[in-house]
Amino acid sequence: MSDIVASNETIVVVGGGISGMTSALEAAECGKQVILIEKNPSLGGRVAQLYRYFPKMCHPTCGMEINLRRAKHNRNLRILTMAEVTEVTGEAGDYSLKVALKPRFINENCTACGECEKVVEAEFDDEFNYGMSKRKGAYLPYNMAYPQRYVIDERIIGTEDAGKAKDACKYDAIDLDMQVEEIELKAGAIIWATGWQPYDAGKIQPYGYDRYENVITNVEFERMADPQGPTDGRLIRPSDGREARKVAFIQCAGSRDRNHLRHCSRICCMSSLKQTHYVREAYPEDGMVDVYYIDMRTIDRLEDFYKKVQDDEKVAFIKSKVASITKDKGDNPVLHGVDTEGGKRYETPYDMVVLATGMQPSVNRDAFPIDIVINQDGFIEPDEKNGAIFASGSAADALDVNRSVQHATAAALRAIQVVNKAAGIGV
Amino acid sequence: MSTNTAMVEKYRNNFLKEVETNVEEGEWVKMCMQCGVCAGSCPLGNAWEHPPQEIFMMIRAGKREDVLTSDSMWMCTSCYSCIVRCPRELPITHIMHGLAHYAKRLGIQPKNNPTQWFSEVFWNNMMRKGRVNELRLGLSLYFRNGFLSGIRESLKNAGLGRNLMKAKRMSPMEFFGGHGVKDASGLQKIINKAQELEAARIERHGK
Ligand SMILES: Cc1cc2nc3c(=O)[nH]c(=O)nc-3n(C[C@H](O)[C@H](O)[C@H](O)COP(=O)(O)OP(=O)(O)OC[C@H]3O[C@@H](n4cnc5c(N)ncnc54)[C@H](O)[C@@H]3O)c2cc1C
Ligand code: SF4
Ligand code: SF4
Repeated sequence: MSDIVASNETIVVVGGGISGMTSALEAAECGKQVILIEKNPSLGGRVAQLYRYFPKMCHPTCGMEINLRRAKHNRNLRILTMAEVTEVTGEAGDYSLKVALKPRFINENCTACGECEKVVEAEFDDEFNYGMSKRKGAYLPYNMAYPQRYVIDERIIGTEDAGKAKDACKYDAIDLDMQVEEIELKAGAIIWATGWQPYDAGKIQPYGYDRYENVITNVEFERMADPQGPTDGRLIRPSDGREARKVAFIQCAGSRDRNHLRHCSRICCMSSLKQTHYVREAYPEDGMVDVYYIDMRTIDRLEDFYKKVQDDEKVAFIKSKVASITKDKGDNPVLHGVDTEGGKRYETPYDMVVLATGMQPSVNRDAFPIDIVINQDGFIEPDEKNGAIFASGSAADALDVNRSVQHATAAALRAIQVVNKAAGIGV
Repeated sequence: MSTNTAMVEKYRNNFLKEVETNVEEGEWVKMCMQCGVCAGSCPLGNAWEHPPQEIFMMIRAGKREDVLTSDSMWMCTSCYSCIVRCPRELPITHIMHGLAHYAKRLGIQPKNNPTQWFSEVFWNNMMRKGRVNELRLGLSLYFRNGFLSGIRESLKNAGLGRNLMKAKRMSPMEFFGGHGVKDASGLQKIINKAQELEAARIERHGK
């Protein structure tokens, strides 16, 4: 890895989701030297795990493909996967970074033929499907993964499986002796695009996510709806595989709640509205949905999307924060609470319940490798004290893709101004 | 004061202000976001006319009579289910008791509500010696509807009474005075002083 050249005119982007990719590409296409650091084996971030996008209901893979094409053709951009920044020192225009590269155990020779995967026996929870399915100890993270290169799970190193995989590879791509490598980089500006993670639904005790199989989260539901996902796109109950035709969504599951996340996660109202389409498209005749909400927050032009869903008579909106969930004899989750419009108590069973869990910053506030200003919700603040470290996308706030990309472009512009100054180009 | 806050003050509903001034923890009422989780979490919810979420909305809507004469606050058993789930961390249980207490201070509490009646009996019982006289408290509960029904109630609950005595949770000797704190009159003085201070505070703030 000693072939990486970096100076104080380099921009380092941390996090290769849609925001990090956008910041990196915008800067690289302006002629700046950019190094993109992603901790997973592949780029794409959470967006790659979505089935379809609101508001246009298009497939995220389409936008991803465009970005990957841009990345492949840009010689100013260097991408490091399985990499994490461990230390940052210095100041605006002159930063030094230490980066740890985890071993992939598979080198550039890999053609993604998949022979190693066939022979390995050990299986692990598939992170890409939030553990709803298993994957082998030698795997491609997902179909469109970039780089298109397999990964050997470090848990099979030293087992018989590792040897079998090595023997099966016809291209001499497997190197079981790879070690963690540490490299040092220089940078003039750093863009922080580490994104979000779903709030841990198990912490919302009354909803029993950890106790009831048929209570799932919105991110799991995205995977379920995907034809390439763990259920081949069938909306079925985890407990018995029966079709989930009557589905409830619970909004603000862990958001806007001082016992959990204080902030409004901003995307979950829209994402549930989007997901009502999944149910209605899977079961056009008798699929039905109830959305339980405090208030629906569909900002500006997204209101039209809400209106359309309201027009569907099979989708009902109930203004109530659900008090608790129990389970009946048929493994149906039963929702309990009071409808605040009219004060009626309900006790309603469903085939399946989807918790619209919110977005939480993926990096814990204590885990940043340099001291920067972080707000009470854990998002990075725009603050002069941060020097030339700029947040991008959902590391800065709970944002949808549209707003993340706008934010990411702005971050690229800020970083460009800093490295221009370092290069003596008038700003 | 900015123009905005001045306007807010001007148009602020008076009953909300009254509650904020006079009711314990009343200043929290405005923080409620009407999610309804308290209403749905109350184990006695179907026995009340208005669950907390409704009471808070009614306060803000200025429904003074309806709120203060309601028996709802008196139905709260202090189970705290609402408090643990309220996303805004309102001390709902305490506000319920605060409202009940305020209504009683004004003398407009629902007179026939058994909890408010029992609270008074409990208080008077406890104030006499600084300890609750279980036997007398039980008897006054059974005899509240007159002598004959009192005898009937007592016989019905005789087994319970015997068991309490066996477990040394109640003594028949309580009937003749019973135990108390060391300095009952001292305790009474403390309580009286506290009530005096409370009355002065209310006087200061106006009704
Ligand atoms: C259920 C659900 C449905 C949604 N549906 C839609 C939709 O339909 N339309 C829409 O516009 N938005 C949708 N969103 C929002 C969308 O997912 C986000 O806007 C988007 O993921 C933000 O992208 P990002 O790049 O900022 O973050 P991420 O996608 O989280 O990417 C961050 C990247 O940084 C990497 N990373 C993290 N930490 C480190 C580290 N320490 N070092 C290096 N790399 C790191 C991660 O591995 C990841 O690749 C949805 C959200 C949810 C919860
Ligand atoms: S976007 Fe909707 S569901 Fe999500 S936290 Fe905000 S109000 Fe709640
Ligand atoms: S739970 Fe809290 S915020 Fe929700 S209605 Fe009750 S008091 Fe208001």
